[in-house]
Amino acid sequence: MSSSAAEAIPETAKRHARPRREVIRRHAWPVRLTHWINALTIFIMVGSGLNIFNAHPRLYWGRTGADLDKPFLALEAVKTPAGLRGRTTVGPLRFDTTGVLGVSREDGEQTARAWPDWVTLPSYTDLADARHWHFFFAWILIANGALYLTWSLARRHLQRNLWPTASDLRAIPRSIVDHIKLRHPKGEAAKRYNVLQRLAYLGLLLLVAGMVVTGLCMSPGFDAFAPWLVEVLGGRQTARTLHFLFAFAIVLFIVVHLTEVVLAGPINEVRSMITGRYAVPGEHE
Amino acid sequence: MTIITRRQALITGLSGSGLLLAGCSKIFQADTLTESASFQRVLAAAQGWTRGTQRFLLGGGEMAREYKPADISAHFKANGTLDPGGEYYDRQVTGGFASWRLQIDGMVTHPLALSVAELRRLPARSQITRHDCVEGWSAIGGWTGVPLALLLNAAGVRAGAKYVVFYCADNLDGEPAKGGEQSPGQYYESIGLTDAMHPQTLIAYDMNGKPLDVPHGAPLRLRVERQLGYKMAKYIQHIQVVSDFRGISGGHGGYWEDRGYDWYAGI
Repeated sequence: MSSSAAEAIPETAKRHARPRREVIRRHAWPVRLTHWINALTIFIMVGSGLNIFNAHPRLYWGRTGADLDKPFLALEAVKTPAGLRGRTTVGPLRFDTTGVLGVSREDGEQTARAWPDWVTLPSYTDLADARHWHFFFAWILIANGALYLTWSLARRHLQRNLWPTASDLRAIPRSIVDHIKLRHPKGEAAKRYNVLQRLAYLGLLLLVAGMVVTGLCMSPGFDAFAPWLVEVLGGRQTARTLHFLFAFAIVLFIVVHLTEVVLAGPINEVRSMITGRYAVPGEHE
Repeated sequence: MTIITRRQALITGLSGSGLLLAGCSKIFQADTLTESASFQRVLAAAQGWTRGTQRFLLGGGEMAREYKPADISAHFKANGTLDPGGEYYDRQVTGGFASWRLQIDGMVTHPLALSVAELRRLPARSQITRHDCVEGWSAIGGWTGVPLALLLNAAGVRAGAKYVVFYCADNLDGEPAKGGEQSPGQYYESIGLTDAMHPQTLIAYDMNGKPLDVPHGAPLRLRVERQLGYKMAKYIQHIQVVSDFRGISGGHGGYWEDRGYDWYAGI
């Protein structure tokens, strides 16, 4: 719309040109409730998980792995003539990550610690305390997940709103282009999840399921109950490595998710997840 | 009308999620909460849920997986005390532990005191199992020893007994205990009777076909295969059967337990 055309429209007509947005009930209460419990839980699980990771900041593939075995990933502190340096090893690659990974400032001093104190929970390194947080919220995650899955399957939320239809799948290329151009669905199309949203949410469910399974496989008690499961995964150290990689993928999801919320209109989006009411963006906005 | 430009949205989204992740400790006042005794009691409830669930799942006496000789780790990390040292222990090492006695007493009808040679003459069990440290690493080792159930049955566990406590020859003074008084550095551990009577629970004297070396707990160590490594006390001198461990040392049932770690270490 050119500016001259806009100026030509009288004030009253201008108000009518922007019709009131249609307000729909977007999210049912079980989705809203479990969403916020999940949001809190995942932040606590990531923070306490990174603190637990700091107790042995090396990841391996296979059944076993300890100090003398070759790690797939390691966040270490090395003494150099120039002082303590943080070194991150990923496969054959090596990076100097002083200040963030391997060595970072704690109480004003450069300290050997894999993850810095501003991402771990609690901020100070304590395996026992971090495990208490982690395992308490692991139960919350399980209970919350069970509530969500039961409701979603029973009320066909999962089948109807998340499972992509054939036409959804055909629309993947177009949806990718729309997302790259930051173009969001309007009108009728905005009343349902688009295909990339569906795949992302289903992917998140799979990732959380993967976190639970790989987490359980690190438990010697659970492994005595279902020894085949950890072997299918490739061994306990592989399970630990996957647990970390899945968590990394969940963090990536959160970053994209929050960015999309901001792009799509943060007030409307967040309100819809709190009250359930969502104003549908008009076709011509 | 676009209030927020795309670039602003991207920056807000990215930095917002970064700040949330980075600041989560601050947002939840996590450090203050962690140090609060009442909040610790809330978190500790989960230990009971986990133990109850695993007790239920392992109700049939399920066995930890046993591996093949080829699976044994080339390097089995030794952790905690690597050498108890001291005049008494050094003399035992020199003397090949010939005068080492394993004392079994407490709530038993026939207290026992057995030498390592006597233990070696008893029926033995060998198993190749994976050892999981609470820190996250794992190693596979082969163990030979006397099933603890055999020793406890010989001693005769009295009614009302609930736990088996293991007293060790090593002292790990360096680690401060949590909250209040410093518990003594003498290593000790305890397990419930269910785990004590499990066929894979051994008083082990051989590792990978050779007598236990000093870093791995010579002459005797515990194997509790369905729990984490810190339960598997090394340098064992004394086994006591009790109904309650609250009066022992720091009162939480083990050296690490007195320093905040969970008594039930199945996870």
